[in-house]
Amino acid sequence: MKQGLHPLLMIALVAAVTLFGRVLPTWTLSLATVAASNALIALGIVVLARTGNVSFGQGLFFAAGGYGVALIANVWGVTDAVAQMIIGAVCGGLLGLVIGPLIARYSGIFFGMLTLALSMVLYGALVKSTALGGSDGFNVGRPSLFGMSFNDPREADFMLYAVSVITTGFAGIAATILFRSELGLASLAVRENNLRVEYLGISANLVITINFVIAAIFAGASGAFALMAQRHIDPQFAYWTTSGEFVFVAVLAGYQSVAAVFVASMALELVRSFSNLYLPNTWQLVLGVFLLCVILFLPRGIGSLWIRERQKRMRPTAATPIAAQKEAAL
Amino acid sequence: MKPVLSVRGLDKRFGAVVAADALSIDIAPSQKVSLIGANGAGKTTFVNMVTGYLKPDSGSIELDGMDIGRRSPRHVARLGISRSFQIPQLFIELTAAENLAVAVSGARAQALSFHSPAEAQGRRDKALELLARFGLTDVADRPILELAGGVRKLVDIAMALVRRPKLLLLDEPTSGVSAEEKFATMDRVIHAIAPDAATIVFVEHDMEIVGRYADRVVAFYQGRILADGNPHDVLKDPEVRRYVTGGAQ
Repeated sequence: MKQGLHPLLMIALVAAVTLFGRVLPTWTLSLATVAASNALIALGIVVLARTGNVSFGQGLFFAAGGYGVALIANVWGVTDAVAQMIIGAVCGGLLGLVIGPLIARYSGIFFGMLTLALSMVLYGALVKSTALGGSDGFNVGRPSLFGMSFNDPREADFMLYAVSVITTGFAGIAATILFRSELGLASLAVRENNLRVEYLGISANLVITINFVIAAIFAGASGAFALMAQRHIDPQFAYWTTSGEFVFVAVLAGYQSVAAVFVASMALELVRSFSNLYLPNTWQLVLGVFLLCVILFLPRGIGSLWIRERQKRMRPTAATPIAAQKEAAL
Repeated sequence: MKPVLSVRGLDKRFGAVVAADALSIDIAPSQKVSLIGANGAGKTTFVNMVTGYLKPDSGSIELDGMDIGRRSPRHVARLGISRSFQIPQLFIELTAAENLAVAVSGARAQALSFHSPAEAQGRRDKALELLARFGLTDVADRPILELAGGVRKLVDIAMALVRRPKLLLLDEPTSGVSAEEKFATMDRVIHAIAPDAATIVFVEHDMEIVGRYADRVVAFYQGRILADGNPHDVLKDPEVRRYVTGGAQ
């Protein structure tokens, strides 16, 4: 079994990255917050992708989390960042619980297109909903943390950075434990041969549903962070290009490593920021070339850089004589 | 003796093709039954119906007196029927031990754990014990895609055995194995499954294997049972020789 970092080491790493925010320039704080938030939703896509299914409509849960938090914040005045993150995750998770069992019976392109269609249905409904601000959306107040308000922009940015990094970090640790678990192995089995999984007495649909709900929870929490960062929400949260961006991160990362999701998300934000700065008219082209290069040279994602090396180290370079004889005989 | 498997009047048609025509058969405990027949005779369709992959048009399938004719492969597996496949159905990017670990997880009554490592000691021990029975300890940590076809076949059978099934169905266990090795492979399979699966039904085209390992042979022809009895009699049956074996014994 592939072994990675120990969870305690990962907690220490999350703490170090959080504290590192203290010395980061202000502009990188918001960049890192967006990267962490995107990594969280992309992590959900990776969790789901391990069952062989890709969601092209995670914007559905992203928007559900964002709108859920925005409405509760404006109606009941809940501004605490942690509470908002939890509300977003619950909104996304509940929607995932409704949709997951229905969609788990589909696979491949049908699965992907159904998720995309559902997200566009929500988009259409939001655009037409005047009560939710229609296509303009509406604003929310600045988030607080445990009763503390942050009027200094840098402190506010750092608070949001810290909450998003800690949340995404813990989601990453949870995903790592999940990947190594019985359910994680069964997910890979479903990805490769769901019929055999059924013949072994495991419900492939249940495995897909559980992963789908986890992805929806992550997407809902990510939507909450995006809302907190922008303090504004509009139907664009559910639009297909938004979902596509998250798939972009997941494709960059591959499905083998949790750390790769964070690296991919940060890399994407950096490429986007710098190409936007230096090549304002062609930055999408730069992004496209970047993705093409990753697909060409790392078809299994950035994570394959270190996963492949680790597997090479762990595996014997040649079959043992007995195994070789056995294979020759059979 | 009460049969483990009792099939009555099983019909299955694919358009104009008759894959099962009023099939009736009882399998007694501890029997080693071989299903023989030309390609398209209905052997694999029979296996697919018994394991829940195909639903019969009519007829009944009972396992220990319980009707299983409309159940899914998952439910049939949980009730005690396991199968291996003509083309091994494995998780090729996973190692042999991980393949067995998935099977061990499926055999547990509890839900899949979110946090317990996939190869927790108990599960890995069980996986290695099964691989050792098939003489595959050396390949336990190698991905299936690096293994030869014969080894994959054995891993496939080992996975079917994890549940200690009441009835084990093997679809051509020696196909793809060289003529020199077929008896050694079959000896290994029979020896390995003996502690866990007393009743075995195997689809086979090799009449030497059939004659040596089966204690009952059922010959299929165009979805019907042409002959049913001990290997000596069935393989000498003129109709079986004409339509199934083509003279081979």
